[in-house]
Amino acid sequence: MNVRKFVTLVAAFSLALATALPAFAADLTLLNVSYDPTRELYADFSNAFSQHWQKTTGQKVTIKQSHGGSGKQARAVIDGLEADVVTLALAYDIDAIQEKGLINPGWQKRLSHNSSPNTSTIVFLVRKGNPKKIKDWDDLIKPGISVITPNPKTSGGARWNYLAAWGYALHQKGGNEAKAKEFVTKLYKNVPVLDSGARGSTNTFVQRGLGDVLLAWENEAFLAINELGPDKFEIVTPPESILAEPPVAVVDKVVDKRGTRKVAEEYLKYLYSPEGQRIAAKHYYRPIDKKVPTKLAKLKLYTIDQAFGGWQKAQKTHFSDGGVFDQITGAAAAK
Amino acid sequence: MSAPTKTHTARSTGNSRITEPAPVRWLLTATALIFLGLFLVLPLAAVFSQAFEKGLEVYLAALREPDTLASVKLTLITAAVAVPLNLVFGVMAAWAIAKFTFPGKNLLITLIDLPFSVSPVISDLIYVLMFGRQGWLGPFLEAHDIKIVFAVPGIILATIFVTFPFIARELIPLMEAQGRDEEEAALVLGANGLQTFFRVTLPNIKWGIIYGVILCNARAMGEFGAVSVVSGHIRGETNTMPLLVEILYNEYQFVSSFAIASLLAMLALITLVAKTILERHLDEGQPLRDD
Repeated sequence: MNVRKFVTLVAAFSLALATALPAFAADLTLLNVSYDPTRELYADFSNAFSQHWQKTTGQKVTIKQSHGGSGKQARAVIDGLEADVVTLALAYDIDAIQEKGLINPGWQKRLSHNSSPNTSTIVFLVRKGNPKKIKDWDDLIKPGISVITPNPKTSGGARWNYLAAWGYALHQKGGNEAKAKEFVTKLYKNVPVLDSGARGSTNTFVQRGLGDVLLAWENEAFLAINELGPDKFEIVTPPESILAEPPVAVVDKVVDKRGTRKVAEEYLKYLYSPEGQRIAAKHYYRPIDKKVPTKLAKLKLYTIDQAFGGWQKAQKTHFSDGGVFDQITGAAAAK
Repeated sequence: MSAPTKTHTARSTGNSRITEPAPVRWLLTATALIFLGLFLVLPLAAVFSQAFEKGLEVYLAALREPDTLASVKLTLITAAVAVPLNLVFGVMAAWAIAKFTFPGKNLLITLIDLPFSVSPVISDLIYVLMFGRQGWLGPFLEAHDIKIVFAVPGIILATIFVTFPFIARELIPLMEAQGRDEEEAALVLGANGLQTFFRVTLPNIKWGIIYGVILCNARAMGEFGAVSVVSGHIRGETNTMPLLVEILYNEYQFVSSFAIASLLAMLALITLVAKTILERHLDEGQPLRDD
């Protein structure tokens, strides 16, 4: 092969590629941008929805997924990731997208149950046999207990963990804001490492073997047990915890531009259908449809509105710069 | 039989006198080998053993997954666009720098080196700031329905950026060492610029180019940090192989994850072998004739 032949070959190859590139199929597609622990749920659900959509309209629809920390995903959508629907860990992250004008105000009233088609809660994952006898939130602040939870600044799940602990302390006899702050401060003193996302924390606890207890989404805890062996871990459901409502929304600006509003809206509505509820239950989310059976343990649940007056307020008080979380971790670091 | 042995012994004693005593040499060699074993060979073996943990069937099935195939395709497309572009740029830049003097030459060299010194994550955040919806060009791109970040063009751009210096950096010293005598001779003998380039310059740097292309390609396919920021992590669409390795690992799909990792590791091994062969040619200084 001489040099000129080589150059021609390279040029021809690049040209062929350049012509092949725009040939990506132009089928009906939806992009669902979601948070970390929903990978398995939405893989399953999107499949069911594609079949449902084909049956009712005869159209083929492909649902693409993207997963990551809830706050990070919201940021990506704001920066131009073309999500038709967002299914995030908490309303605050969808509010952030709304503030940039991509989602119309009042999005949370568009679907029932605050636009949360299923709920979850925060439970404890402990090592088999529960060697440290962890039963309730109280046990987490005992000296010598190592607690694994992600960073509330970046992870939606971590914010639920934090607020669940705060809410618990608030509900105790003589509980007030000061006592709750003291409780949560003690709790975070027992945290050796703050991962950036829920799945990262699960891996820290499960794979790297760090910590005595993992604060986790209920479904994440069950998934870890199913994937990595019931002989190694067990779930402790505390007597009370927070009701986590991960909301969903259509990204108005994107669906109007792409012409996918109808299918995007139907996608979210289908989450409320018996089939959608059944799939949620199968992946250890708590269905809102009471007729759908669930194997999950009963416990006392409080909502963020009851305990904190909504996400905007909770976010501002606890997780903004210089907020309560910064104060207590600052205190924990100074110790 | 005995004669060569003797010469050999004589030579090695002679060597040891001018280098280090034997125990020191042994210690150095052993340290290097242990280090290599711990940090390179063991992890590599671990990747392959994990990939084949559940047998060849499962391994092959993992590689046939649509998402895996899509990631392989995307990685190949990215490399196939980034490498030729960097090839053209690298040869041009190296030619300009090695054969001519012009104002701003040092600045150009510094700029070529920039991707080596900037963290890929930062360079990519800059892409998001430029091409993202909130970025400088965001409104323009959106109005014209051009997607750059969180799509294939963004990934290619990011890859081009990080692999930018490889070919130019490889060629500049080579071309500087060769000097301009041959080109000047060609010009004096009546060749025009293009003829000089294709008949004189290019054959001289052929092996250097291939060497640069191999390194550039390895990096283009293996890049993680740079593409992570601009990918958007859409399944089967904007996940390159290194990104998919992480995602699958986080999904507890260890076999699939390590199966893709093993492909990347094989790419590294092939690169290594190709590099060794080429280095031999380069060291000899005499490029092999191919006709």
